[in-house]
Amino acid sequence: MADTSVEVAPFSVASLRGNPGRIRKEAAIRGVFFAAAALSIVIMALIVLTLARETYTFVSQVELAQLWSDGWFPRRALYDIRTIVVGSVLVTVIAMLVATPLGMGAAVYLSEYARPRVRGVLKPVLEVLASIPSVVLGFFALTWISPEIVQRLSDRASLFNLAAAGIGVGILTTPLVASIAEDAMGSVPKALREASYGMGARKVTTSVRVVIPAAVSGLVAAFIVGVSRAIGETMVVAIAAGASGGSLFSLNVFDRGQTMTAAMASLATGTDAVVGAGLTFQSLFFVGSLLFVLTLLLNVFADRYVRRVRQKY
Amino acid sequence: MAPETRTQSQPEKRSEPTAATRVDANRPVAEPRPEDIDPTAVFDLEDLSVYYGSFRAIRNVDMTVCQKQITAFIGPSGCGKTTLLRCFNRMNDLVDIARVEGKVLYHGVNLYDSAVNPVEVRRRIGMVFQKPNPFPKSIYDNIAFGPKVAGVKGDLGEVVERSLRRAALWDEVKDRLKDSAMGLSGGQQQRLCIARALAVDPEVILMDEPCSALDPIATGRIEDLMEEIKSEYTILIVTHNMQQAARVSDRCAFFTAEVNETSDTRTGILVEFDRTEKMFSNPSDERTENYVTGRFG
Ligand SMILES: Nc1ncnc2c1ncn2[C@@H]1O[C@H](COP(=O)(O)OP(=O)(O)O)[C@@H](O)[C@H]1O
Ligand SMILES: [Mg+2]
Repeated sequence: MADTSVEVAPFSVASLRGNPGRIRKEAAIRGVFFAAAALSIVIMALIVLTLARETYTFVSQVELAQLWSDGWFPRRALYDIRTIVVGSVLVTVIAMLVATPLGMGAAVYLSEYARPRVRGVLKPVLEVLASIPSVVLGFFALTWISPEIVQRLSDRASLFNLAAAGIGVGILTTPLVASIAEDAMGSVPKALREASYGMGARKVTTSVRVVIPAAVSGLVAAFIVGVSRAIGETMVVAIAAGASGGSLFSLNVFDRGQTMTAAMASLATGTDAVVGAGLTFQSLFFVGSLLFVLTLLLNVFADRYVRRVRQKY
Repeated sequence: MAPETRTQSQPEKRSEPTAATRVDANRPVAEPRPEDIDPTAVFDLEDLSVYYGSFRAIRNVDMTVCQKQITAFIGPSGCGKTTLLRCFNRMNDLVDIARVEGKVLYHGVNLYDSAVNPVEVRRRIGMVFQKPNPFPKSIYDNIAFGPKVAGVKGDLGEVVERSLRRAALWDEVKDRLKDSAMGLSGGQQQRLCIARALAVDPEVILMDEPCSALDPIATGRIEDLMEEIKSEYTILIVTHNMQQAARVSDRCAFFTAEVNETSDTRTGILVEFDRTEKMFSNPSDERTENYVTGRFG
């Protein structure tokens, strides 16, 4: 540095070029990050490609009658889509009936009502709840929710049933919904709350008329993430809905049932995976594609909805 | 500082509950005796101090605020003007660590009495904030918010129009009442906030540096607006702009912050409170004089 100050070079483009070493380093760093981004995209593309290829094999060889039958019995080459889609929808609806009020309620309480000290305790508890392994909840659903709640609601309910699985998934989803919803409400500016309180609004009014509408995009996001989580949840359903061998088509939530995810799990873990027997192996990919498309659509619609109702502040 | 400007300082009058309140169990709030009430006084602060945790932000304020006048609070930043203003409608309740000592008598009733519901207080005593804070809703819904939460049912179109007219905003927005308030300019947003406060017909309006985020033209409009509505409302305004205080206010309170002896903190005090004219031409206190003439150190 000392010699540059002695030798006064005439001012030119070169004086503004910067340190070449730094520029090279910058380029290298950019390269690393680009590679990381590119790699994840490539992996995604490969997954989708594999999924699409095997799904194509399945769809092109399966007969229509196999896709629309009495139930999901891959060993007997009966791949009734209705059974598993309806099973997934039922479980998800029940789960969200549990998780939405509980999660949103917890979020409103934490963000609008709880004193800082209470919040300081409850937030970490919520995070711990979110990390309960789903196997544990699966057993809880089977051994407690099913006999103590579901079988009391309906004496015809079997021990394994979709309702217990749905409630279990709902409990599993609640902390996630609560946490995202609380973040959304927490990011509503304090000035809006003050405006509302300054008008003589009560806490409920402020929460319902001001904070929730201002946070709606985040709340919808919380709901959608919850739905995606519920649709994707496997273990609780595999344990508590009790249909490892297959399942008859049923709309009764007090019955055993099968969801897309649980069907895939049992296909992949062996009982049904008579590898090579007919299209059983490929049916796994078919269900996977179905799940993929479903969650994708969900996210697209959610995105549109959020864009339409969002309040900018 | 002796509160020599307090019009009638007889604090011992209210320290004893009257016989009337002692026998009537159905009256949860200590009722003032009629002869105690100065008809032109809206607020009477008695030895008011506000703490944030253990830090005392402002101390021992005694003052009387008169009806249908504009009262300005001036003083260097950090001397507790906002803190004090937020005592007048219990907005400090929203700050968990804030604690108030002393009395804020509103028509003789202590607003900090345990039987007083802050929601009721804020319906009578509205507030306009430093930064315009319209709801991210339509212009119409912003104005209709107050009447709705106060339980007014039915068509609020008339209230909305009246409030916007009083806030001198009607002509600018009448064709786009359904548009989002966030699309308005800063000055329009602040007038909308004033209109929103007016929509519930408060008796008092508190304004915390309402023009600090606005350009001179928008500021001028808000000052005109205050001049216009002061015949109907009691206005308290915090301002860092001395010209503004001189222009708009009838009475003016000057606060300053004093360094505490025991700790490295500063606590606000009321130095002088008098007619604005006197405060700016012939103040009694040297500190006031230094401040208003720009010689404040
Ligand atoms: N919410 C708060 N928590 C803690 N201290 C605060 C809070 N609000 C204000 N203060 C402190 O109180 C003092 C007075 O602040 P403020 O009333 O905002 O003064 P002014 O409006 O005159 O500038 C300052 O020292 C400030 O740091
Ligand atoms: Mg302030």
